[in-house]
Amino acid sequence: MNLWLIPVFPLAGFVINGLFGRRFSKSLVNAVAIGSVVLSFAWVLKILAGPGDLETTHTEHYFTWIQSGALNIGCDMAVDRLTAVMLLVVTGIGLLIHIYSIGYMAHEGGYYRFFAYMNLFMFFMLVLVLAANYLVLFVGWEGVGLCSYLLIGFYFDKKFATDAGNKAFIVNRIGDFGFSLAMFLIFKNFGSLDFATVFQQAPGSSEAILTTIGLLLLVGACGKSAQLPLYVWLPDAMAGPTPVSALIHAATMVTAGVYMCARSFPIYIHAPAAMNTIAVIGIATAFFAATIGLAQNDIKKVFAYSTVSQLGYMFLGVGCGAFSAGIYHLMTHAFFKALLFLGSGSVIHALSGEQDLRHMGGLRKKVPWTFATMMCAAVAIAGVPPFSGFFSKDEILVAANHHAPWMFWLGVITAGMTAFYVFRAMFLAFFGEYRGDVHGKHAHPHESPPVMLIPLAVLALLSLGGGFIKIPALLGEFFHAEEIPEDPTLVAISVAAGLLGIVLAYIMYVARPGMADSFVAAFKALYTLIYSKYFVDELYDATLVKPVVNGSRVLLWKGMDAGLIDGMVNGIGARARNIGGVLRLIQSGNIRSYATWVLLGSVLVIVALGIAGGLR
Amino acid sequence: MSGVPISWYLTLSAILFTLGVAGFLFRRNIITVFMSIELMLNAVNLSFITFSYYWKQVNGHLIAFFVMVVAASEAAVGLAIILTVFKNRQTLNIDEVDSMKN
Repeated sequence: MNLWLIPVFPLAGFVINGLFGRRFSKSLVNAVAIGSVVLSFAWVLKILAGPGDLETTHTEHYFTWIQSGALNIGCDMAVDRLTAVMLLVVTGIGLLIHIYSIGYMAHEGGYYRFFAYMNLFMFFMLVLVLAANYLVLFVGWEGVGLCSYLLIGFYFDKKFATDAGNKAFIVNRIGDFGFSLAMFLIFKNFGSLDFATVFQQAPGSSEAILTTIGLLLLVGACGKSAQLPLYVWLPDAMAGPTPVSALIHAATMVTAGVYMCARSFPIYIHAPAAMNTIAVIGIATAFFAATIGLAQNDIKKVFAYSTVSQLGYMFLGVGCGAFSAGIYHLMTHAFFKALLFLGSGSVIHALSGEQDLRHMGGLRKKVPWTFATMMCAAVAIAGVPPFSGFFSKDEILVAANHHAPWMFWLGVITAGMTAFYVFRAMFLAFFGEYRGDVHGKHAHPHESPPVMLIPLAVLALLSLGGGFIKIPALLGEFFHAEEIPEDPTLVAISVAAGLLGIVLAYIMYVARPGMADSFVAAFKALYTLIYSKYFVDELYDATLVKPVVNGSRVLLWKGMDAGLIDGMVNGIGARARNIGGVLRLIQSGNIRSYATWVLLGSVLVIVALGIAGGLR
Repeated sequence: MSGVPISWYLTLSAILFTLGVAGFLFRRNIITVFMSIELMLNAVNLSFITFSYYWKQVNGHLIAFFVMVVAASEAAVGLAIILTVFKNRQTLNIDEVDSMKN
């Protein structure tokens, strides 16, 4: 089926734009970048439309990559139903966001560089999804991390952007360390890194080993998918351009951890303790991030914490054994969260760079299309039936109730908060009076060009109707999932929580605008705590970053490097110079003194020979 | 020849060599120093030939010729250097040629 073509198209786009893009016109850069993704998307469709419904895995072996003793790793790619879903999400959403970027990036510098990185990201993401063994997956995994770093720091002349890029990269290293250990352990126990071999042998292995592997994989997933305690990089990652936030930090890359855990389900189903850990981390992250989202004023920060929270939901689903529900939510989340980010990008574009919700308001009439499409995403994420978020969130919550009822209730509260903060952002941005600078450069907000609105419209349709793509029905057999009975009561509770959140947001920010401020005044301490994101960044700074930096500076740099190593090298040099200084005195430049030395030397030799008894 | 004992030759050689060393050490004129070096070489040549004759072996002669060849080339190079030094510095005093000091 020539699976390799899918990632190679964007790679070609990256190479062409990366090497020659500087000299290309913008339309040529567009043609290369978007054309490559179109080809890739078309090839995915062709493969999926081909004969067979992918009930069995189709694997293709290209070449042996590493051959060393028992280690035999091929460059293998495989496609099955799980991969198919991911391929459609990645190439489909990726294509829409590429098109949107034409409009969004039109006035930015480094145009070709942006599209080259985006293409490179598509390549690595598709490698990650198509990989048939853990090491090829790891190549994609690291590659998307690299592209994430490059694109977060896209505005590299701004200190906060490069800092955010570094933060994302370094925090991900912690996760990748766990992932590497997991791979070592997998190889040690199964003698292979191929998914097929490992998953076939998994049922016969000891639970302790599978649990360890599962937990280590989870560490990797926590880093990539921004779960507690490694979520801190994702909110900062919003320093990148908004299409990047939508593509990488909402729709695709951050879901790689969920995908990887779902892919490793044969390991997890035999390691209940690891599963339970996933569920606990998932629900904790979902709740924790949602509370922070309640009080953020930067529109992208709200959606960033929302992403962390929704990823928590996905992990909750995976951890409760509802792998297909996790993937279901992954897909619907890709629709509505990409839309929310692209929509907020459109708002920011309209206001020439303003991101603060307090300076927006009343934009409903100024940017009607953006408003309408974002509203679709908002009702979808709030879980209003029958839109996409309702179905997937519902599946997860039902599974959570089956697993542990307290998780269900925490999930319901989170759902309420989700609806509240999303609609808070919507109401603050689009309703009421315009609070921006009426006379400044933001005085006349303008609607975005069609090239940005069309992707928004497509995503709006997907957000509304995406729930009818029944992923659990498609993947149920793949994951060998047990059927969990639907419970209308649970559904009603979660929908009610969502609606309550919307109503509360409406009352506080539209009907009685002063109410929010009085709440803030009443719960000053709590508000400060949430607004400052629980001081987690400060805590990490004080407990981890400062000691490492100071330790490096004082002990390793000043002590080891400057003191010991440089001291040794410089000391040897100084000794040589001292000795040389003494010896230099002999070299008087006076030939007769040299001759005297020669004479003395020969006399000494002769005397020595005389004492030794002459030459024999 | 048979009347003259070998020790006389060697003594003469030693005296000549010592004269050479003394001249080398104590004279300041470069030409004189140079002549002292030649004197030392010839003193050594004398002892080589003496031993060669005494042991009835040809090696000493060979070495003596070799030393003469080297001395000749050394004289050519050395005199050229002396000429250049004099041209550049207008002096033949060896103590003043010390720019390689330290």
